[in-house]
Amino acid sequence: MKLNLFSKKNKSLLRALVVTDFKLRYQGSVLGYAWSLIKPLFLFAIMYLVFGLIIKIGTIEHYAVYLLLGVILWTFFTESTQQGMNSIINRSDLLRKISLPKFIIVLSATFSALINLFLNLIIVLILIMINGVELNYTALLFPLYILEIYFLSLGLAYLLAALNVKYRDTGHIWEIIMQAAFYATPILYPLSVISDKSDFIAKIILLNPVAQSIQDMRYILITKDTATLSVVYDNFAIVLVPITITILIAFVGSVYFRKSSRYFAERI
Amino acid sequence: MIDNTTSIAVKNLKKSFRLPHEQHNGIKQLIINRIKGIKGYEKQQVLKDINFEIRKGEFFGIVGCNGSGKSTLLKLISGIYTPDNGSIHVEGTLTPFIELGVGFNPELTGRENVFLNGALLGFDNKQISEMYEDIVHFSELSNFMDQKLKNYSSGMQVRLAFSIAIRSRSDILILDEVLAVGDASFQKKCFEVFKNLKKEGRTIVLVTHDMNAVVNFCDRAILLSEGRIYAEGKPLEVSRLYGRLNSKKINDTVSTRKNMSPVEIKKITISGSGNANENFIKPSETITINLSCRVYSDAEEPIIGISLSRSDGLRLYDTNTSVHKVKIGRLKKGELFTVCFKIENIISDGKYIIDAAVADKEGVIFASKKDTSAEFIVSGWDYPSAIIQPKSRIEILSRIKNAR
Repeated sequence: MKLNLFSKKNKSLLRALVVTDFKLRYQGSVLGYAWSLIKPLFLFAIMYLVFGLIIKIGTIEHYAVYLLLGVILWTFFTESTQQGMNSIINRSDLLRKISLPKFIIVLSATFSALINLFLNLIIVLILIMINGVELNYTALLFPLYILEIYFLSLGLAYLLAALNVKYRDTGHIWEIIMQAAFYATPILYPLSVISDKSDFIAKIILLNPVAQSIQDMRYILITKDTATLSVVYDNFAIVLVPITITILIAFVGSVYFRKSSRYFAERI
Repeated sequence: MIDNTTSIAVKNLKKSFRLPHEQHNGIKQLIINRIKGIKGYEKQQVLKDINFEIRKGEFFGIVGCNGSGKSTLLKLISGIYTPDNGSIHVEGTLTPFIELGVGFNPELTGRENVFLNGALLGFDNKQISEMYEDIVHFSELSNFMDQKLKNYSSGMQVRLAFSIAIRSRSDILILDEVLAVGDASFQKKCFEVFKNLKKEGRTIVLVTHDMNAVVNFCDRAILLSEGRIYAEGKPLEVSRLYGRLNSKKINDTVSTRKNMSPVEIKKITISGSGNANENFIKPSETITINLSCRVYSDAEEPIIGISLSRSDGLRLYDTNTSVHKVKIGRLKKGELFTVCFKIENIISDGKYIIDAAVADKEGVIFASKKDTSAEFIVSGWDYPSAIIQPKSRIEILSRIKNAR
């Protein structure tokens, strides 16, 4: 077993898989890649209409952009974990017939989600400009938080992909977990909705790395009204908790994946 | 002994699979099994201690009946499966073609598919670019490379896939049943390609049922049977053994009982009707086969049968005591007896094999410890070119002069 994970041929394989996936995504549609930009724009229009004009929750400024960023990041999290989870079983025909580095398959699935995220973020940035949000230097930290949520997704994707080969129930269980998690994460509602009732629960919710990173990204990009982990705890070091969780999941996920990937071809 | 002339070295290779009893990949089943304390699967030993070496530049054949473990062996060499035990040492780059066109996508163009397939097979972009022209040229599809694969005919798809397989520049090529696809002209092309590959000095491992291909191209071959190497050596010998093994298998189709036979065939003698040479039959003689048997435990009405095959495995005739309504009756432990089969000699000159077997009264063949077969030669026919020499007469029935 060579330790050279990103050899030339692995890079070529990764590129081939990601490019193919991207090419096939809007196969046969008239607008093609433009859909990648049109979809988030319409999502924004809907959110602006519903939460900006009809239902008004909280008093957060630029609430529509705030919502859009949250939804886009959450979509990335679901997409990357679900596509990563299914990537191995979807390629079962390949795995039974050729020997290829399995981790590349999961990686390519999360890359596809990552490309989608970047396209969506372009729209978010444009809307930030249009809405006259003032950006300051803390916005430079943005890539770091993207990295955090990406690592968490990747670790989960590896764990779930390996589990899914063994137990096909994994997909359904994860779907349910994600539905619950969506409402347990302050995406559609501001955290104040929770903290008004129970400060304790709000604090627990924020320890979830997804909630923490999304809130932090909203904080540095859109509005200082965002209730972030360090604001709620009034302590910056607490951010080590979600980071530790992320590293732990990434570690367990990749180790478990590596161990079981040797038997994918025969168990799939 | 691994030196620099070795291409693939397989040592003490063992592999077993878990055969799940029921749907095993569900949480429910897992919990039920845990509670009941059952494993939920059975282990099946597919390969039992395989050892062989393939030298560089060798055209190596792996043959065996269905279920003998040859595909598993191939997948282990290709790195698709992980061995339970033992080691596989591969020197140089290896490209497996278990199936042609793995990962082909109908929505992509021919060119894109070549690059995707190449990447999946473990080539980097530069390597694929280098062999691209060669692949396209060989496939004779240069006008179609920018068309989507779904617009290709199935023949064109196979051509493209085969071209990638053949023109990919790896040291070792693994080909599984590629000969099974395509029409006669495509197969002819395959054979030409094989000749060229051999000239180029590449190491090729071919897994096939096609004994013709094995005899024509392979330098050496192994015959797998029930997870072990049954024979290793010259392709001609291996293919002959394969034929014999196969005819035995057909004989055993009903089901082979694993318990030992109460009656063992100790000796087979084949002679002509005269007192001439043993194992040498002249056209005028009757083929006489004597089976000397020993009874190891009491048996009721066993059936004893033989089959006659040509040396390449083609089965010509079989018969047994039950067909001839010959009653053997009750046999007592320790008895010795001889069964004599007499067969009219209508077979042409050549080498033939007699396989003998003992079955119980329902016709289920007993397993035998020993190789219960013998060879004989027929020689002396005036016109030995055809297979059989039945008695025939030719008459001219009527002859009319000046007929209008």
